[in-house]
Amino acid sequence: MSNLSVDHLLGIKYLIKSDIDLIFKTADNFKKIINQPIKKVPSLRDITIANLFFENSTRTKLSFELAEKRLSADVINFASASSSVTKGETLLDTVNNILAMKVDIVVMRHPNPGASVFLSRNIDAKIVNAGDGTHEHPTQALLDAYSIREKYGEVVGKKIVIVGDILHSRVALSNIYCLQKLGAEVKVCGPSSLMPKHLDALGVTHFSDLKEALEWCDVANVLRIQLERQDVNYFPSLREYAMVYGVNKEVLDGLGKEITIMHPGPINRGVELSSDVADSKHAIILDQVENGVAIRMAVLYLLAGKIKN
Amino acid sequence: MIEARKILNQKDIQITIERLCQQLIENHGDFKNTVIVGVQPRGTFLSNRIIGKLKQLLNTSDLESGSLDISFYRDDLRRRDEPIVPEVMDMNLSLEAKNVVLIDDVLFTGRSIRSAIDALMAFGRPKSVELLTLIDRRFSRDLPIQPNYVGRTIDAIGSERVIVEWKEVNGKDRILMVKSD
Repeated sequence: MSNLSVDHLLGIKYLIKSDIDLIFKTADNFKKIINQPIKKVPSLRDITIANLFFENSTRTKLSFELAEKRLSADVINFASASSSVTKGETLLDTVNNILAMKVDIVVMRHPNPGASVFLSRNIDAKIVNAGDGTHEHPTQALLDAYSIREKYGEVVGKKIVIVGDILHSRVALSNIYCLQKLGAEVKVCGPSSLMPKHLDALGVTHFSDLKEALEWCDVANVLRIQLERQDVNYFPSLREYAMVYGVNKEVLDGLGKEITIMHPGPINRGVELSSDVADSKHAIILDQVENGVAIRMAVLYLLAGKIKN
Repeated sequence: MIEARKILNQKDIQITIERLCQQLIENHGDFKNTVIVGVQPRGTFLSNRIIGKLKQLLNTSDLESGSLDISFYRDDLRRRDEPIVPEVMDMNLSLEAKNVVLIDDVLFTGRSIRSAIDALMAFGRPKSVELLTLIDRRFSRDLPIQPNYVGRTIDAIGSERVIVEWKEVNGKDRILMVKSD
């Protein structure tokens, strides 16, 4: 229980419950550290971390970079838009070139599902998946579950509905794995055209009606419509989507209870979430961002402990 | 064969803690500008006893104190088989311009105390830092660190271990030296 069962964080699928508990326990301490007057600890001062972002990211990249710097690691950043990848270099060549500079941990975001698994089999460094296509985004799921634990004291027995584009969402898949491993009940809600084919295999059922879903849940994790990943039209218009699946004050006021609203960001205000809900006391969106740094510090710290001199 | 020798019993520990408190009072008076910080996990058992005794001797309930977790400041993260799992940090205070008394049960190599001093500095710039330990294993230091207040000094060789047991965890207070060959 005092060590992770895995050598890389490739996805929540590969973790066992005690791994998640250990990450949460470690993150509790890092959350205190990042609220101290001096927010930096020297734990990873002899570790070099490469952040390889083959796909755009703002908050995940900032959050990882801040977590790395708070742990005193040396950090190098790479963004594919400004690199030799555009000149035709393969992923393995790019990464091997970076590793030749003696990098211990690679944090990678890549548009292809399974890219981080591929990397972990071919190179000698610890890999942290920061999102691989429509597959997994494990640190996001960990920080989401951690935020639920912080709000309610525990995750077990809680009812969570994930609303929106489940088909294209790595956040949804990682959240389903993570919350189920922690004993929560997870359902999804959104237009049928944005639901993956094999939902049953994940043990998840689907609500078509938003109000029904919100009546059922304790927490609603609302996702963004990923227009950049949609190759065809899955619904008539954003306006219609917002009318049917947009979470707004009116819908929440109509419920017989209070629920917690989460969003992994970036929010499309007025589409999946209205401004008054996003800024209300029911939303824990900014807590999620703060917890993201603590969770990423915990993951990097625990993986670095496995690198022997 | 494992051979255990008792260094201090319950009564000895009680007398020693009382003496250490008197020495602290000699230097810190009413403790108005002093903070007592126990090093997690084992130093806090001792610091709690000392705080309890000081409150009794000074007839006050107003003593500033904290528990310091040093996990993230250690220098052996990558030298262990298991990662260092952090303890609870309870430091809801500022050490700016304060006199700090750092408390741990056994002073051995000095590496924990080096980490603790590092960790302390995250809470402000103290005026001074002193070290109190129940047991000082002299001759086994890796770093130039010496305590200001010592319960008992002992000479122990590398294969010997000092075990401090507290009533709260082990049912009774005692300190043993264990030798295995």
